Amino acid sequence: MRLFSGFRGLLTLLLVWPVLMVLAAWSQWDASSAQVLQALSQTVLPDYLWSSLLLCLGVGLGVISMGSVSAAAVSLFDFPGRKTLEWALLLPLAMPAYVVAYAYTDFLQYSGPLQTQLRQAFGWQGALWPDVRSLWGAAAVLSFSLYPYLYLLTRTALTERAPQLMEAARLLGLGLMQRILRVALPLARPAIAAGVALALMETLADFGVSSYFGVQTFTAGIYKSWLVMDNRWAAAQLSTVLLVLVGLMLWLEFRAQSRLRFVNARLRARTHESQPLPLQSWPALLALFLCLMPILLGFVAPLLIMLHALWQNSQTQAMPWPSFMDWTWNSLRLGGITALLAVACALLFAYGARVQPSRWRLLSAQLMGLGYAVPGVVIVVGLLWPVSWLQTHWPQSQAGYWLTATILGLVWAYLVRFIAVALQSVQSGYSRISTTTDETARLLGTHGWALFSRVHWPLLSRATAAALLLVWVDVMKELPATLVLRPFNTDTLAVVAYQLARDERLGEAALPSMALVLVGLLPVLLLSRALRQPR
Amino acid sequence: MILCALRRVLARLKSELAIGVAAALTCSLVPAQAEEPVLNLYSARHYATDEALYSNFTRATGIRINRVDADDAGILARLKAEGSASAADVILLVDAARLWKGEVDQLFAPVKSSELEKAVPPHLRSQARPEGSLWFGLSTRARLIVYDKQKIQRTDVDSYEKLADPRLTGRLCVRSGSHPYNLSLFGAMMEHLGPAATETWLKGLVANMARSPKGGDTDQIKGVASGECGVALVNSYYLARILRSNTPEDKAIAERIGVVFPNQATTGTHMNIAGGAVARHAKHPENALKFLKYLVSAQAQTYFADGNNEWPVVKGLKLNNPALQAMGGANFKSEQLPVSVVGMNQVRVQQMLDRVGFR
Repeated sequence: MRLFSGFRGLLTLLLVWPVLMVLAAWSQWDASSAQVLQALSQTVLPDYLWSSLLLCLGVGLGVISMGSVSAAAVSLFDFPGRKTLEWALLLPLAMPAYVVAYAYTDFLQYSGPLQTQLRQAFGWQGALWPDVRSLWGAAAVLSFSLYPYLYLLTRTALTERAPQLMEAARLLGLGLMQRILRVALPLARPAIAAGVALALMETLADFGVSSYFGVQTFTAGIYKSWLVMDNRWAAAQLSTVLLVLVGLMLWLEFRAQSRLRFVNARLRARTHESQPLPLQSWPALLALFLCLMPILLGFVAPLLIMLHALWQNSQTQAMPWPSFMDWTWNSLRLGGITALLAVACALLFAYGARVQPSRWRLLSAQLMGLGYAVPGVVIVVGLLWPVSWLQTHWPQSQAGYWLTATILGLVWAYLVRFIAVALQSVQSGYSRISTTTDETARLLGTHGWALFSRVHWPLLSRATAAALLLVWVDVMKELPATLVLRPFNTDTLAVVAYQLARDERLGEAALPSMALVLVGLLPVLLLSRALRQPR
Repeated sequence: MILCALRRVLARLKSELAIGVAAALTCSLVPAQAEEPVLNLYSARHYATDEALYSNFTRATGIRINRVDADDAGILARLKAEGSASAADVILLVDAARLWKGEVDQLFAPVKSSELEKAVPPHLRSQARPEGSLWFGLSTRARLIVYDKQKIQRTDVDSYEKLADPRLTGRLCVRSGSHPYNLSLFGAMMEHLGPAATETWLKGLVANMARSPKGGDTDQIKGVASGECGVALVNSYYLARILRSNTPEDKAIAERIGVVFPNQATTGTHMNIAGGAVARHAKHPENALKFLKYLVSAQAQTYFADGNNEWPVVKGLKLNNPALQAMGGANFKSEQLPVSVVGMNQVRVQQMLDRVGFR
């Protein structure tokens, strides 16, 4: 057991290490970083903060409205097409936000095909609508690709228990609105909070969309200090501000969750009597519309635009099919390995916090969660710094070699960045298992590993599957760390798509982007079906 | 059933990881020697068309190339962290400021080669030291001005300085000022005009913008062709691609725009470079040198021009690129500043941009 906690401690250290390094950046305070930070704070920093906050606000509203409404619709009600929508709502998850951004910009901008043809057809002049490349455009694009997090978590929370409680509330005479507000919403609140937290952290860490749209966010400032000012300490110091923001968010979410412990001990109580409420005529249409919108705008439309680009490109150029298989395999492989490890770690930590909640364990879980909001580049800096120190002071260790010539460094960076996703999902799974279950199990003589494998695991399998899926897809879409840390000759779909888009060859970037979407669909479909199977 | 299939996939991935770790262990314990000759390349050249360049080298020398493509800053950070354990032999970067940065951070090994020194003009490589040069420019790109022939007079936009003229209010389109292409131009302007005049000039650019900076260079060209912008700053390399394209949309763009090589009467058109260096801890330094020499060979240099629309650094080659020829071939006056000055000015330029509100 002691060995076990030692292992857990070591793992915690590894996962919070780069984040701690970011905090340690203040120890490198010197005249040059002071000068960089001072100049930034006098000129552009207040604007950066402001646009980051506005972006978060936009994305927050966007994901809550799309994610929770659609989750409520498919889990509380029954209407034509519900079964299909249930998994189709996850589709945008496979679509990297930057790909959506490329697709929409090219199509909708002033010089894009739509505006040009409208101007030609009707003789109109000037810009026909506001530029997509703006703060609100970025908020919309990020919302489309991030709402599935919230949807997935909320739906899981609602389908597990809402129908029978809603049924009970109905029998007790509550109207529909009352039932939604007083039963479903409180049940879903921890999941909504977790989903919003994930979406906002992803928003804060985003660079791809906001830089392409020319939105000057706080992260843009971090990149500028690192890439242009060449001052990685100033970049890391700025990142601490981001960390404080995220820490605050996580704390609020934690408080919200700890005040909400609606747990039903009889989880398998779902019977034929407690089915989702059937809808007919216009309420059914409304539900259908509300669920279709996010899929159309977040998945179908960008996919069609890209297919068009792909088709156009295939007229002039041969497709690189052979290397294509390599890219795909690399993406799948890295995603799979990381997802497995992340879920294993998350289960380990969540179980530890469950059976022996201590201040230290809660704190370390929160610290690990921070990694998700740190821009990938900053994690890379935090990771490279100690390794280069080790390499300089102990060259025989070959630390530098291990980091980049194998996939170890890359998987490490992925874990730091995405362990939060797995943890959030597993912890929200745990929050739905009553602590009385554990007590009963203990009274019946089930401890330690048996408690986990015979009691928790069967109840957690859905949350675990969700965690696996989210991390897998996230890793395949990840860019900054993949770009810098991957071993020789391991291009992934995301890297190739990025390189081509960076070279302003959007037509050619369409093929790897589409493949990224299709490959991302694989785990999405597989696991969303697994989630649907009755236990 | 599906979960079963998933489990099988996961099991396979697990064994993959185990094999990966085992392979890594063997690799690090048994130094790779006496195998087929290899060259380990870190490249910031992100051009799919470079594949042919690499495979030609392998065909000619039998040296296999292992490659990691990343962006310039990422490559430098990775090199720094790897230290003496780095596997890199040759580093290719696409911006003069970054090459200068690599030099300052001592990431490169000096190279003494009369062949390379003869091929690459002095202002396009690092300052020569007794032990050799640290990096060499391999190809160049020009920062050009593109304008809408229907609305703008060529004489109003024939220099970088004129872009700040109030006559162009609401007409200028440009990508983010923090992009290396712009930082490099502005750094060179600071060398020509001095800091105060450069800041005034940048203020003028901001005042003339048709929209806040966004998108890439291709977007600026499209902006001019669609009438959204009157004039734009663009990289020759993206422009040439549009001029060479056969699609009707691109042909329409080429029809509408005019191209200017700025500052022909004064300092010359600003050039940035893509260049290469041998890594300080290169494990295959002979192969690295062979590769750099190959990149200045007539075959590779013509390839930069014909395949990737860049100007070769080697003089006197016959170019077969209609777009480069249409733009003026090699017969224009280019800036003669040592390209490393743009690296030195970079931080000051960025702070200037922040002060004048150039995004």
